Amino acid sequence: MKRSPIDTEKSARGITRRGLFLGGLQVSFAAILVGRMRFMQVDQTEEYRTLAEENRIKFELIPPSRGLIHDRNGQLIAGNEQNYRIVLVREDAGDPARVLNRLRKIVWIDDDEVARILDEMKRRSSFVPVTVADRVAWSEVAEVAVNAPVLPGITPEVGLSRIYPRSADFAHVVGYVGPVSDYDLDKLEDPNPLLQIPRFQIGKSGVEAKLEMPLRGAAGTREVEVNAMGREMRELGRAEGQAGDNIQLTVNADLQAYVQARMARESAAAVVMDTQTGDLLAIGSAPSFDPNKFVRGISSTDYNALLNDPYRPLAAKPAQGTYPPGSVFKMVTALAALEEGVISPGETVQCYGHLEVHKRRFHCWKRAGHGKVDLTKSLRESCDVYYYDIAQRVGIEKIAAMARRLGLGERHDLPLSAVAEGLIPDKAWKRQARGADWVIGDSLNAGIGQGFVLTSPLQLAVMTARIATGQAIAPRLVRAINGVEQPIRNDGLLGIGAQNLGLIRQGMYQVVNAKRGTGGRSKIVADGLRMAGKTGTSQVRNITKAERARGVSRNEDLPWNRRDHALFVCYAPAEAPRYAVSVVVEHGGGGSTAAAPIARDILLQTIYDGPPPLEAYPSSQRGTIRSRQRDVEELLRRPPVERFVDGSDRA
Amino acid sequence: MSYLEYHVKYVPTGLRKVLYLNWFLVLLLTAVACMGFLMLYSVAGGSMEPWAAPQMKRFALGMALMFAIAMVPIWFWRNMAGLGYIISLVLLVLVEFIGATGMGAQRWIDLGFIRLQPSELSKITLVMILAAYYDWLDIKKVSRPFWVLLPIILILLPTALVLKQPDLGTAILLLMGGGAIMFLAGVSLWYFGIVFSAGIGLVTSVFMSRGTDWQLLKDYQYRRIDTFLDPSTDPLGAGYHITQSKIALGSGGWTGRGFMQGTQSRLNFLPEKQTDFIFTTLAEELGFLGGASLLALYVLILAFCIAAALQNKDRFSSLLILGVAITFFLFFAVNMSMVMGLAPVVGVPLPLVSYGGSAMLVLLVGFGLVQSAHVHRARQKR
Repeated sequence: MKRSPIDTEKSARGITRRGLFLGGLQVSFAAILVGRMRFMQVDQTEEYRTLAEENRIKFELIPPSRGLIHDRNGQLIAGNEQNYRIVLVREDAGDPARVLNRLRKIVWIDDDEVARILDEMKRRSSFVPVTVADRVAWSEVAEVAVNAPVLPGITPEVGLSRIYPRSADFAHVVGYVGPVSDYDLDKLEDPNPLLQIPRFQIGKSGVEAKLEMPLRGAAGTREVEVNAMGREMRELGRAEGQAGDNIQLTVNADLQAYVQARMARESAAAVVMDTQTGDLLAIGSAPSFDPNKFVRGISSTDYNALLNDPYRPLAAKPAQGTYPPGSVFKMVTALAALEEGVISPGETVQCYGHLEVHKRRFHCWKRAGHGKVDLTKSLRESCDVYYYDIAQRVGIEKIAAMARRLGLGERHDLPLSAVAEGLIPDKAWKRQARGADWVIGDSLNAGIGQGFVLTSPLQLAVMTARIATGQAIAPRLVRAINGVEQPIRNDGLLGIGAQNLGLIRQGMYQVVNAKRGTGGRSKIVADGLRMAGKTGTSQVRNITKAERARGVSRNEDLPWNRRDHALFVCYAPAEAPRYAVSVVVEHGGGGSTAAAPIARDILLQTIYDGPPPLEAYPSSQRGTIRSRQRDVEELLRRPPVERFVDGSDRA
Repeated sequence: MSYLEYHVKYVPTGLRKVLYLNWFLVLLLTAVACMGFLMLYSVAGGSMEPWAAPQMKRFALGMALMFAIAMVPIWFWRNMAGLGYIISLVLLVLVEFIGATGMGAQRWIDLGFIRLQPSELSKITLVMILAAYYDWLDIKKVSRPFWVLLPIILILLPTALVLKQPDLGTAILLLMGGGAIMFLAGVSLWYFGIVFSAGIGLVTSVFMSRGTDWQLLKDYQYRRIDTFLDPSTDPLGAGYHITQSKIALGSGGWTGRGFMQGTQSRLNFLPEKQTDFIFTTLAEELGFLGGASLLALYVLILAFCIAAALQNKDRFSSLLILGVAITFFLFFAVNMSMVMGLAPVVGVPLPLVSYGGSAMLVLLVGFGLVQSAHVHRARQKR
């Protein structure tokens, strides 16, 4: 509007005054901003720079490849296989559902899995790879790769996973690995960050668990720059990890396979030990299971089947299982008596089929009695009365001491899950564990390896090797770690009189080779390979009076799980012992019929390092032996998992 | 002043006007824009796409627009003020219905070649209408209640519409910008005292209304205020923006990490690194010296505007120039306070630097008006 010059001047003056005031305010505020900027960027910059570094750098672990496990001849027992999995990146896929549908024409993915994958993709950032199929066959991977153009966002990835090429053969020795569980993490005092890697596998049982540390190796690290979304922008540095140590076991994988196949129809354990070095050549436990199933995650159906099998496939019988040794223990009692001078070799005991002590009758297995029995005969014919007598005279303390010297009642230091200590009873033990005094009957029972005495097949093999050599040889399972030979543990002579040992060996020789020997049917006739051994039949429980009244007197009439355990220990060649074998057949009946033939076959297989010639067997048995060999050969041609006959097929 | 008054005094005509442009201002604006291009090039990882090149085109368009507006006599623009104001109000209403949504708010209309944000446009039209109003109004009536109420309505209309979008940043800018022009026009200080106390009352009621049915702000706006007051409460959620922004800025140091070396912005730790938070990238890469230089350029622009306003005896021209300057000031003051953690996160871009068409064009249009007022100011005939 038209304004007077006075008003114009007044307006200009007002605007100038207030404009300058506002301008001053603005400049002051700018000064405040500069001050704030200076404070943050100059005074506090160190602090913010640290925060910035933390923001952007991420350390990632590179899992090391697990050490391999070989047998004594370099055959692979536990290895790592390339595990192919297929991952899908949403942002590259465009429409994940459509790409998945195409992929399903190549790789089997069920509907639930598809729903899970699509759901997971929605929750994660678009660039995060989601696993859509695990353990994919190589042929499928190849097909996916060929069809890559129509499968955007799909990539095959390779990881390492444990594989046991000999599957069931070593399930109880080598054990298996599995993903780290919360339970595993709790157990460790200092959890290695490596264990937090998804899908990382650690040993769960057997050698895999006990030698976890050397097998695991050390993780490498990768330093990567990430953006705010966690996407990797570039690699800043890389330190390679160290692969786990390779482990060589003393076991012979082919022999182990034979042992497992030979015992396929039984619930049994067998241990083959080198008497010179203590090397365990085979540690058989039948029936067995496929450890690969545990690595991949076993289905509950399969797992329950294993749990409910009366033959207990999951149990590691050779080292963990303990059994009353029965007559196999008689060498211990005899040695204790000889060493104490309670008996002399020629001294005889009269066996009437039983011995009465304190008005209690202790039976010999032979009701009719053995008549006059000396030391050799007592072993050969396994007279119980003879041992009742000498056990009573020598006393439990001496017997227990001798048992311990021979490696019984001792937890042998082996990298196996739960190596059993067994039980060698003495007076102190009984008072402490049972709160009762030792009575003479306990000594009598212990003298024939019954009563409280418990031993594992492993301990029996050690005992046999010690008797055979007179050396305090200890078992060895690990031959070398990362190429470094592990020491042989031999504490030298046992300190048992050579003459006494000779008497025992002679008795054991006669068990197999003499006319009336209990193991006579299992002799070896090859020259220079004669076997010495001892049968054992241990009662699981007494036949009750009621059963006796019903006419049950024979073992075969009892249900399977109440029959006697059959045991046999042996070594060969008798003249210069090389190998010791112990066999326990659970509820197998008599040691001479159920255990001894198995032990002989295993021993011959060990000596010949393969199938023995038929000439090694007595001529009358060769027909049966030949058909059994064919049977085992047939089993060995099958994949190891299928060698075990399931419960319903067993006789 | 009327057309007649211009006749008695000297006003350049024709192409001679170009010589009378405020060339220093042009130079300063270009310098600021160039810093913007550099930073956009840097945050794109050393690439003209997707931000730097389009930004340059817009700046060129904006400069052309500025020159065109500068050539047109200022009284023409004064006569256009009412029309411009009405158009911007209509657009603000329209955007409610046909606008596209971004960041949880309805803000723009897609015209094909540009996404027009009516809220940006209203910043200039409000300045124009208020300047025109006080030019028209008798100086003696300036502080009379009725004549004070009218401009308040003029301010509140677009402010309410913008707040409805909801665009808190622009609403604050409109309120403060409008209030500043009323202050410059000579409205009695008493009114400001009253408004100030009312403002405190409003802030109180905003907080009191939270969680009730009639709550005045959206939840995300409340959260932004919460996290502004204490960012550490939610470092990965809503406080993330402020925390990351401060980390990036603080890690710059005196001279910065070097051009294109800013880790925080390149690695996307910074949100909206090319728009509202571009200053953090600049401060991280160019350091305190870079940040202070930009601030110095801004202050120089303000100084030139104030000087131009004080030289100008035309009431509309002075008020317009100072209004544009204050709008410009509010832009960078609010933005920088936000990234430095002095103010809550409100969507206000850094003027002439942040990526975005509307804000840059509107600012250059504003400076076009400033130039027009400068060129067409009355001079004594020599």
